[in-house]
Amino acid sequence: MDNKTNHTRHFIQALPKNIFSGFVVSLIALPLGLGLALASEAPPISGVIAAIAGGVVVSILGGSNVTIAGPGNGLVIVLLGAITTLGAGDVYQGYLYTLAAIIISGLLLLLLGFLKMGRLADFFPASAIQGMLAAIGIGILAKQFHVMIGKNNTRGSIVDLLIQIPNGLLDLARNPDPEILFAAGIGIMSLLVMIFYAKIRNAYFQLVPAPMWILILTIVLSYVYTFANTPYPLGDQFLIALPDNIISSWRGPDFSAWNQKEFFLAVIAITLIASIESLLSIKAIDKLDPVGRRSNVNKDLKALGLATVVSGMLGGLNVVTVIARSSVNVNNGATNRSSNFFHALFLILFILLFQSQLKRIPLAALAAILVYTGYKLATPQTFKRIAQVGWEQLVIFMATLLTTLFTNLITGIGFGILVTFILHVFLNRNLGLFLNHLRKPNILLYQETDVGNYYVSVKHFCSFLNFYKLKNKLDVIPENEDVVLDFSMCQFVDHTVLEGLGHYMGTFQKKGGNVEIIGLDILETGSLHPFAIRKTLPLSSLKPIERYFTKRQEGLKAASEGFGWTYIPERSFKKDYLNFVFFHTREIRYTYNQLVSEDKECRVLDMEFSEGEFIAKEVVKTSAMHMELDAPLPSFTLDREGLLQWLYGVAGFHDIDIPKHPDFNRRFYLLGDNPDAIREVFTDELVLFLESHPYYHIESNGKAILVLKKERLLGVQEIKSMIYFGLQLKRILHPKTVRIS
Amino acid sequence: MTTLPHPFKKVLFGFAFSPSLQLNLHEVTRLAHYFNAELVLLHVGEKTDEKKHSLKSHLEQIEFKEVPISIHWELGKPEAVILEACTRFQIDLLVLGALQHENIYQYYVGTLARKLTRKVNCSVLLLIKPSTERVPCQHIVVNGLDAPETPVAIMDAFYAAYALGAKQITIVEEIQPREIHVAVEDDKSLEQATLMKKKLKMREDQRVRKILDDLPEEFTSGVRIKMQSIFGRSGYSIGHYAEVVRADLLVMNAPENSSLLDRIFPHDIEYILSDLPTDLLIIRK
Repeated sequence: MDNKTNHTRHFIQALPKNIFSGFVVSLIALPLGLGLALASEAPPISGVIAAIAGGVVVSILGGSNVTIAGPGNGLVIVLLGAITTLGAGDVYQGYLYTLAAIIISGLLLLLLGFLKMGRLADFFPASAIQGMLAAIGIGILAKQFHVMIGKNNTRGSIVDLLIQIPNGLLDLARNPDPEILFAAGIGIMSLLVMIFYAKIRNAYFQLVPAPMWILILTIVLSYVYTFANTPYPLGDQFLIALPDNIISSWRGPDFSAWNQKEFFLAVIAITLIASIESLLSIKAIDKLDPVGRRSNVNKDLKALGLATVVSGMLGGLNVVTVIARSSVNVNNGATNRSSNFFHALFLILFILLFQSQLKRIPLAALAAILVYTGYKLATPQTFKRIAQVGWEQLVIFMATLLTTLFTNLITGIGFGILVTFILHVFLNRNLGLFLNHLRKPNILLYQETDVGNYYVSVKHFCSFLNFYKLKNKLDVIPENEDVVLDFSMCQFVDHTVLEGLGHYMGTFQKKGGNVEIIGLDILETGSLHPFAIRKTLPLSSLKPIERYFTKRQEGLKAASEGFGWTYIPERSFKKDYLNFVFFHTREIRYTYNQLVSEDKECRVLDMEFSEGEFIAKEVVKTSAMHMELDAPLPSFTLDREGLLQWLYGVAGFHDIDIPKHPDFNRRFYLLGDNPDAIREVFTDELVLFLESHPYYHIESNGKAILVLKKERLLGVQEIKSMIYFGLQLKRILHPKTVRIS
Repeated sequence: MTTLPHPFKKVLFGFAFSPSLQLNLHEVTRLAHYFNAELVLLHVGEKTDEKKHSLKSHLEQIEFKEVPISIHWELGKPEAVILEACTRFQIDLLVLGALQHENIYQYYVGTLARKLTRKVNCSVLLLIKPSTERVPCQHIVVNGLDAPETPVAIMDAFYAAYALGAKQITIVEEIQPREIHVAVEDDKSLEQATLMKKKLKMREDQRVRKILDDLPEEFTSGVRIKMQSIFGRSGYSIGHYAEVVRADLLVMNAPENSSLLDRIFPHDIEYILSDLPTDLLIIRK
């Protein structure tokens, strides 16, 4: 009970903030709602209905925290296609048919939620989704550009519309019609407002979002004409059309087209795009959430589905989670779902109070807002960013983009997936890798019993095809834990996975945990290791490694700077100094990722060595610390019982007990050739120190100390604690070495 | 003093004249020696002078000459002959050489070794990397599934560790995701699932500890015992685990039954057979 009242108090305390952010969001949602509906050739009010239905239903039933639901820009192209094809020329009839499709897609979303299909968006390659979004942006831009310059009736496919843009501008100059010129003037001025809004640094000006400024300015302009008693130069066909009475003008959805192929396709396309857009937005907004909460995507899907059904019944468009409005919501201090609710409430107020004013909004002004939104989805920077990842990502991106532009969204994304897969097969020159291992559970997760961190090993390959399996495992790890993610048994990791893992790293870091990826910072494909040959990374990572660091290498670099050490990532074949008993039966191939102390006495390095000669050789990568000593020390090896099973039958080595430390003798194996000298080294201080840090295998060859932890590469955190351990060990050993010499 | 269990008294090795025969013979006689077992060598195929001669020269090179060996030559379909021989000779352990990575075709058709694994009525040892020199068996991984056969599998694993001188045994408790009952969807369900996992882990540890209590002390005293619970698809995850910790031998319960349906929807041991990580000992009572 106490908890509940506490909860209520928090909620009430946070209310003013949420009301405010809800208000700011509604200022964007109004123009966007009207605009997105117009862009889909639906009555403008239908976009606002979707925002209201989304705000009310999703805020009450949803599973996310700071998202905003409403009409989405991703759906414009799909809805436009549905309305024009289903209506066969009659746009209004097409709209009624589409409402029916929207309602059914809402039911499907609801079903997806119940089937826990929140994973759906994970099956799409990242670059293909980017390509699809860019195509949507270009589609919106192509159509709305003509409306913006007053040419309301330009028709055709996206590509036709794009080609007609220069023509439209020329026509404007050639046949000056005062009405069209006025509309074009408003449109271009509005576009300039959108572009330069961000550049104006005035707190009061920035209080109102750019789209709302456009509405206010254009409405004020129309009133100026009224006061001056001059007729407003724009006729009704250039202004927004709103019903005088929303309730009496209501027309319900028309289900009579249910048995048509086009209707079926529309339902599928709407559902697919609505779910992808929502799921991606929810994930993206979770990263912005100041408290770092995790959204329940399945619950949210159900709420969105229900909201879509309600919206469709009332004559509104699809309800999806929208990223731009949601991030405005977060930026204005929203803390919970109530802001979504208030955004809906303010929209209702606007519609009721400012009905006659809204009718004064020119279409060109709304089109300008949309042109800008569309451009934002496909800026030159988008292309540049994709190209930076690698040429193969650009191929995927362009293939999806062009296919979508020339055909439709579903074909586009389908082709994008196909191209991605073919590229992966081509890059690996191995189809079997994917076919044989696709269905195998390739992820192992367990908690390491000694240190308690989570260990995840990935086998075979990890790409968009099976990333969901890895996600399933990562999702069940509390985000404040340390995770070591090992790809060393994996032959191929793709861009979608690495990008997704980047998100996980961010989330874990935010909540006090840590995800470390190991086994990726492998060198070129020149290695003899059977795994290494075929291990392909996104192409950029295959270049010389000092230019393209993995996260781990960046971490190592930062760690070495923290200690004032130097970091040398390059491979080194110098290994004579690693003359330890441990390596008598193992052959070091090379070392890399070295961290060297200022006096060059201590170094931490990754190394690759092979074990065994006549049996099937095993190649192992491990991290170790090497410290040169100022004075000689007897040779010994110290291994905690059960730690590494690195025990030697080396001639002349005895099992040594330290007197008065039965616990130590039971837990550690100490071997060496000179028991007396060794007993002298193992003072009480050293024994206690070792007992409290039992994770390391320590070896002395007389001149230097080698410290090892596990038979695998260590994460950056583990390396840091190893350095700390090593330095302390050296400090404890030092006075003793002086005495022995 | 009670006598120690001695599970593998009679070992059968079905051999073919392949390039790896010499290695396999080394390995299998070594095993028979450590298990203190009688070795039955069976060849399905015609007995020619050439083959006899070749086998003889191979046998001359083996390390442990004192192992009692009987050689049998029989005609027929290899699968049926070996199955029948296992019953007739009252074999405890069938040793087979296996290819490490099956390709998809073989997987559905099934190689001889894998077919036998599924049908035979004794325990089966699949060798993936026979060697002339002894590669000491250091680390044995055994499943600790909640199944009636598990105590036997664990007992045999400890016996093998005892006989082969392994230093560590890890008992892997594979906990099925469905046992957690909570689907992780948000922070709250994650917390519940984490708690549930802890409980399950404790329950499993306790169950395994009970099995360990019943083992003869001779088996348990010389070896380090570790318990590791992993949450994942039963059968496959343990193979992956054995690969990660680079175990030398994996000991598992025999699958209960294996129909074509199982092969199309693989589960448990089928996964490991399709992707053998280490030498694999399948225990069937």
